[in-house]
Amino acid sequence: MIDIQDIRFAYANEPPIFDEFSWQIARGDAWAVIGPSGCGKTSLLYLLAGLYLPQKGQIRIENKPVTAPRPRSGLVLQDHGLLPWASVYQNARLGLTVRGFYGSDGRHAPIDEELTMPEADQRVQYWLQKLSIQHLRSQYPSHLSRGQRQRTAIARTLAMQPDLLMLDEPFSALDAPTRQDLQQLILNLGADGKLTIIIVTHDIEVAVSMGRRILALNLGGNRHARIIENDDACQPEYRYQRQFRDQCDYLHTILGDLI
Amino acid sequence: MRPQINLRTALLGIIMFTVIWQVLAWIVRQPILPAPSVVIPIFFQSIFRDLGMHFLASTARVVAAILIAVLGAVPIGLILGQMPKLDRVMAPLIAITYPIPKIVLLPVIYIFMGISDISKIFLIALIIFFQILVVVRDEAANLHPELILSVRSLGAGRRALFRYVYLPASLPAVVTALRLSVGTAIAVLFIAEQSLTSYGLGYYIVVETYQVLQYSHMYAGILAMSLLGLLLYFCISSIESHLCKYQKG
Repeated sequence: MIDIQDIRFAYANEPPIFDEFSWQIARGDAWAVIGPSGCGKTSLLYLLAGLYLPQKGQIRIENKPVTAPRPRSGLVLQDHGLLPWASVYQNARLGLTVRGFYGSDGRHAPIDEELTMPEADQRVQYWLQKLSIQHLRSQYPSHLSRGQRQRTAIARTLAMQPDLLMLDEPFSALDAPTRQDLQQLILNLGADGKLTIIIVTHDIEVAVSMGRRILALNLGGNRHARIIENDDACQPEYRYQRQFRDQCDYLHTILGDLI
Repeated sequence: MRPQINLRTALLGIIMFTVIWQVLAWIVRQPILPAPSVVIPIFFQSIFRDLGMHFLASTARVVAAILIAVLGAVPIGLILGQMPKLDRVMAPLIAITYPIPKIVLLPVIYIFMGISDISKIFLIALIIFFQILVVVRDEAANLHPELILSVRSLGAGRRALFRYVYLPASLPAVVTALRLSVGTAIAVLFIAEQSLTSYGLGYYIVVETYQVLQYSHMYAGILAMSLLGLLLYFCISSIESHLCKYQKG
């Protein structure tokens, strides 16, 4: 589904974070991207989302080169990016509102999707319910807990019916029960194999429990994609098994003291 | 911190003000300070005649100036806020023109634009323009880059960002700037209306009443001008608290 070919990416006056970097992602897979801060995890998400463009090479999603944000790619950033002046409902609806603003032009919105207002409202309603934030619909983000903000941002993205969901540090700064709740929720989303999920994290346990494959990034430039197979992930009981701890230990050794 | 104003405090304030005025008038006991019991009836008599016309003329000038200033300053502020390079080029110019007391430009404006309502409105618009320009620019520039990226990832291009992010983000600041500058605007209006016109509260207060020693009517004019300031402040304040609902704890 995603094909990254020999990309190079560097911030101005800095050594490249990615150089001749290639990476392939199959449809419906669950990936975790792990590495110390500053290794380029978030930049990689921005590149995949079409917010940054590589200086060399190409990123293709569904065989089309990514040159701008793609309507079917969903991105949830670490600080959630909610509009502070808009309610939970308005925030969750923002993506569909933007689509309505442009119409289905194939560039800002999928060409094959014509949503009426009530349909859009209904869809937002559905996701608010599914994410159990229905009762907060008229609250403003500043009145929400971190977990509730995270859910609002996820609802906003899912209302767009993405085929690719990218999450940047989705579980950081959440308390343990909220975190497990949200992990389970994301696992369920990917369960039917239609949604490709990429989770960026600096937390080894998150990576091992959420990523069927794990991409480990390094500080100081990434040339080769270092991939760890982790087929048992995405099952709730995995966390309590021996293999889980072994896998975590293994990641600790290869990532070194940086994490 | 701004003075909290609602209907109750406004009424209470008016009553207190009137009482103090009445007491002062009793102490002074001269025609130069007529009591409210004299001025207020005159005010109500003349507000439906000549004073009303002057009131409307002044109101129209201020409102027109506010509209022109907002419509001019908001887009320019948004553009400068979104384009740091252009902003860096323009910043020195704005920095030195912003603090100039715009009233000194009055003769220049008269020379270039002629002696008309347009030049008076232009002068007032100029004052408000800079206040709004600066806050909108700063507001747009200070938006979290992550917020912009995340809305862009939802498919928003420049137009949608403008509509759904930059505009709503800067509106509360626009209204706050308006509230802060409307007092100065009315003060300048008062001066600009003292000459080269035959309508407006400034003209009424200075030319039609003060210069012919009609003190009671002069005070009625001052009352009207105060009311204009109060009403504008009240309107802007209520728009402001409506827009800033999300900031309340």
